[in-house]
Amino acid sequence: MQSSVKFLKHKGWHQTGIIALIGGIYFIGSMILSFDNAKGLLSVPKAFNWLFVNFRPTASSVEYLPRIWQKLIQTVLLAISSTVVAAIVSMFVALIGSKVTGVNGYVQVIVRGIASFFRNIPLVAWSMILLFSFKQSDFTGFLALLLMSIGYLIRAFMEIIEDEASETMMALKATGASYFQVIFQAVLPQILPSVLSWILYMVENNVRDATLVGILTGTGIGFIFDVYYKSFRFDAAGMTVLAIIFVVIVLETISNQIRRIIL
Amino acid sequence: MTDSEENIIQKPKIPRSPEIKLHETSLSRVMVIIVFSALILITGYTLTHLDTAGVQINTAFKELAMTLNQMFLQPNAGSDGVVLLIQALGVSILLSIMTTVIGAVFGFFFAVLASKNLTNAYLGATIRIIMAIVRAIPTIIWALIFSIVCGLGTTAAILGLSFHSVAYLTKAYSESIEGIDKSTIESLKVTGAKFWVIVFQAIWPTIIASLVSWTFIRLEINFANAIAVGAAAGAGGIGYQLFVASGMSFDFHETGFIVYLIILVTFMLEFIAVKIRQYYLSR
Repeated sequence: MQSSVKFLKHKGWHQTGIIALIGGIYFIGSMILSFDNAKGLLSVPKAFNWLFVNFRPTASSVEYLPRIWQKLIQTVLLAISSTVVAAIVSMFVALIGSKVTGVNGYVQVIVRGIASFFRNIPLVAWSMILLFSFKQSDFTGFLALLLMSIGYLIRAFMEIIEDEASETMMALKATGASYFQVIFQAVLPQILPSVLSWILYMVENNVRDATLVGILTGTGIGFIFDVYYKSFRFDAAGMTVLAIIFVVIVLETISNQIRRIIL
Repeated sequence: MTDSEENIIQKPKIPRSPEIKLHETSLSRVMVIIVFSALILITGYTLTHLDTAGVQINTAFKELAMTLNQMFLQPNAGSDGVVLLIQALGVSILLSIMTTVIGAVFGFFFAVLASKNLTNAYLGATIRIIMAIVRAIPTIIWALIFSIVCGLGTTAAILGLSFHSVAYLTKAYSESIEGIDKSTIESLKVTGAKFWVIVFQAIWPTIIASLVSWTFIRLEINFANAIAVGAAAGAGGIGYQLFVASGMSFDFHETGFIVYLIILVTFMLEFIAVKIRQYYLSR
């Protein structure tokens, strides 16, 4: 009895301490950044009010739709193709670098290092560096998304291989199958559904990131939003946002349906 | 007599089908093949129709190699100086922590209200649809929208980042809450416990580990987003310095220095996240 009271008391103090710490960081942060919490909270309804007045597409903004639609489809295609190319590259790298199918310890460490290096270079940096050499073209957006996706997919694929394929692989190895037979007959068929699920997730993510890349490098849907936004054609910008919402939700629904079947 | 003996020593028949069927055709297999072929066709089409704006790919790659060499092998703090860059980095870190806190607090309350096993279906469905729409709008667009109303600066950045965080964490938390065993909630309901008592005495302790790990995942995402918002919406922080160095003054030595700083912080965040997750999982 005594100990349980003591335990609860200790636990209570522990929790209060953590909450106080987080709250303290928050308030010191808002002081340093001079963020007025009340004002910030009040500007949320104001922002929505403004949105409903200005961003509402009018009858005349329908004429922008074909152009928005064309750019949006272009963006989705870019997102898909960069993900697929990234997936092919990362699959090779992941096979070389995973603990199960990998070559040796040094290669594994190097592959892990490269993957996390690629993953952690911000998308902004990739976009700006590529923009400098490849100018304002779709290829720039493609490369920026590709390099970012490679970092994520290498790690994801390595984890999938290590989680799912090690037993099947052991079984096939025991029969005397060669390395490539094991890879193509056991590892790849086993992990394909999970790999596909990750590819679909990455496509969704890339469509969203393409907006940022587009604003920075002047391509796709991000560029067109930026143009409308900066020239104060807010109804057209609102139309663009609606189109983005529509496409992202449709993509999410499709990939959820596919996932339900394959997994 | 002989008849039955013959029966016994009869040779086994050769199995009729010489091939063993390796793959079962199932819906899931067909679906995987269809989706993969569709993806590869789309990729092939896109890559052959890609607009390169007449850039010579070879020279562009050479230029890129030169830029990367300047960035990663000869980084220096450039004209801004180390102190200013560290300050900007601090601003970005604070932005990401604060927006994660806001996202976690609001996200938890919305998640409780949106979970199928706690509240009525209509309220839950409404919240989930609103959150799906909020999530579908990229963070950068939220920040741009708020920057019109509140003016460029940290307030717009905080609100923009928070919106996406709240929507993301609502989804993540409510999935964890829906994973809770029904009997836990039922048994507390039977004792007559009130709604928020159930939430804080049964649900909170059960899912604390997954709450913590989702929150830290979001912190990492928010740090990346804080950089993006700083660059594309002019909201300050290290992202803005990165944008200026790489897109305006073309000082790639400084760009490299900033990228190294950012990588250092993301490694630290990952390390802390792993440690804290281990601590909560081991309890």
